[in-house]
Amino acid sequence: MDAVTENLDDYVSGFLTSLSIILWSLVGSLVLGMLIAACRVSPVPPLQRFGAFWVTTFRNTPLSVVLFFCAFGLPELGVIRSFFFFGVLGLVLYTSAFVCEAVRSGINSVSAGQAEAARSIGLNFTQSLRFVVLPQALRTVVPPLGSVIIAMFKNSAVVGAFGVGGDLWSTGLTLTSARGYETLPVFIGVALGFLLITLPAGALLHVIERKVAIAR
Amino acid sequence: MSQQSVLYDAQGPRAQRRTRIGTVVALLVLAVLAFVVVRRLVEQGEFTMEKWGPLINPGNEAFDAVWRLLLEGVVNTLKAAAIAMTLSIVLGTLIAVARLSLGRTGRIPLIGLVEVFRGLPVVVLVYFGVRVLPDVGVPLDELPGGAVLWGLVIGLTAYNMVIFAEVVRAGVESLPRGQREAALATGLTNGQAMRLVLLPQAFRVMLPAIISQLVVVLKDTSLVTFVANFDELLSQGESIRRNLDNPIQTFIVIALMYIAINYALGRLAQYLERRQSRTAGEAGTAADEDSRVPVGGGA
Repeated sequence: MDAVTENLDDYVSGFLTSLSIILWSLVGSLVLGMLIAACRVSPVPPLQRFGAFWVTTFRNTPLSVVLFFCAFGLPELGVIRSFFFFGVLGLVLYTSAFVCEAVRSGINSVSAGQAEAARSIGLNFTQSLRFVVLPQALRTVVPPLGSVIIAMFKNSAVVGAFGVGGDLWSTGLTLTSARGYETLPVFIGVALGFLLITLPAGALLHVIERKVAIAR
Repeated sequence: MSQQSVLYDAQGPRAQRRTRIGTVVALLVLAVLAFVVVRRLVEQGEFTMEKWGPLINPGNEAFDAVWRLLLEGVVNTLKAAAIAMTLSIVLGTLIAVARLSLGRTGRIPLIGLVEVFRGLPVVVLVYFGVRVLPDVGVPLDELPGGAVLWGLVIGLTAYNMVIFAEVVRAGVESLPRGQREAALATGLTNGQAMRLVLLPQAFRVMLPAIISQLVVVLKDTSLVTFVANFDELLSQGESIRRNLDNPIQTFIVIALMYIAINYALGRLAQYLERRQSRTAGEAGTAADEDSRVPVGGGA
């Protein structure tokens, strides 16, 4: 395990870079995903179509293709940014489709009678959304949204593999290719780094799920 | 035309007018967006035959070579996905059965296995299969198809078998307890009850989940691009891009190919699910299709 202990500094800075990819992508994909979900549940047909198109496109394309498109395609169009930017952008576009579907299915899982009852006691649209539909939808959204977010944590490795210098994954690659370390200990180090992120996240999700779970 | 939603009632005249105004505004906004994008594409010369020709014009000199590469890529992608899928289902079922039949202490290493593999990025596991295993002396290159194919398959299988183990376990546990009790009462052993009564029913319930997971596996085959040379669809696209310098066009075509395959599989899963929730009454497993947690969560 010398490869890990000798290069602990690199691992730690790689871990932090991975965390910053994750944080940016988390904020971006939640915001974008909810916007697309709002399009899909709106009463306006063109917006519904646009949302459906978005989800079909990004849910069925591999993340790596989205990343390649962002990093090699967008510069052709005159968008010149860092690999970090393109990586986060690709991950946000890809994840937003899954966030949208989680949110939408949560809203749809609230039974129509709930909203009808809310309207019949005189609540207006905002009130029924705020006091009746959303509180129930949020509870259903938590488990699928949580697994989407954890999948996104893991997908940050693909962004790293793609060439964002200095994240956890590319740190490992540098150690093996440029400095000639053996692959196994380096792999174990990278794997531990990711488990350090995903396992606590999974446990946290489990706790939240139990907290918000309701019997239907 | 909007489908009935929880959020609003059937619309009255005023709401209909508002929706019509919203429709017009949305169309305008989308049109402006499309115009900006298309104008930028035209300005940068992205609609020229020089860029598109090799992909869409059969008369172009590169057309044949390009499509031979792409089709070879599709074949390799499907091959890796099919092998990985088959292995994942077999191994996943074994893990699930072991976990269901072992006692409390015997279960712990299996739970650990599931948690660890589920918590790792697939690209890291593919790296393990393709680079680490040959390094520590596993003779993958003696297998038919080459070392990279099997390294990729092992990486994909390591991740997906634990996903399947969870799917199978959920499937078996969703069956009414009476199924197992009745099987034991007729004199079947525990193993026979699992094999002849519980698993067949569980697999029927799980079929949609299996197909949706196939989409995930298909997409994940492209991760090998980052680790080694293997001529699957994305890698072929990469080499086309490098030769022809038309990234936008090539990746659009590649994306469309993935979307076509995966969209078809997704529809198949939806169809099976709907057919099942019509007939699943007797097994008591008619789950609300929208509230079901998506398997794999979009990895």
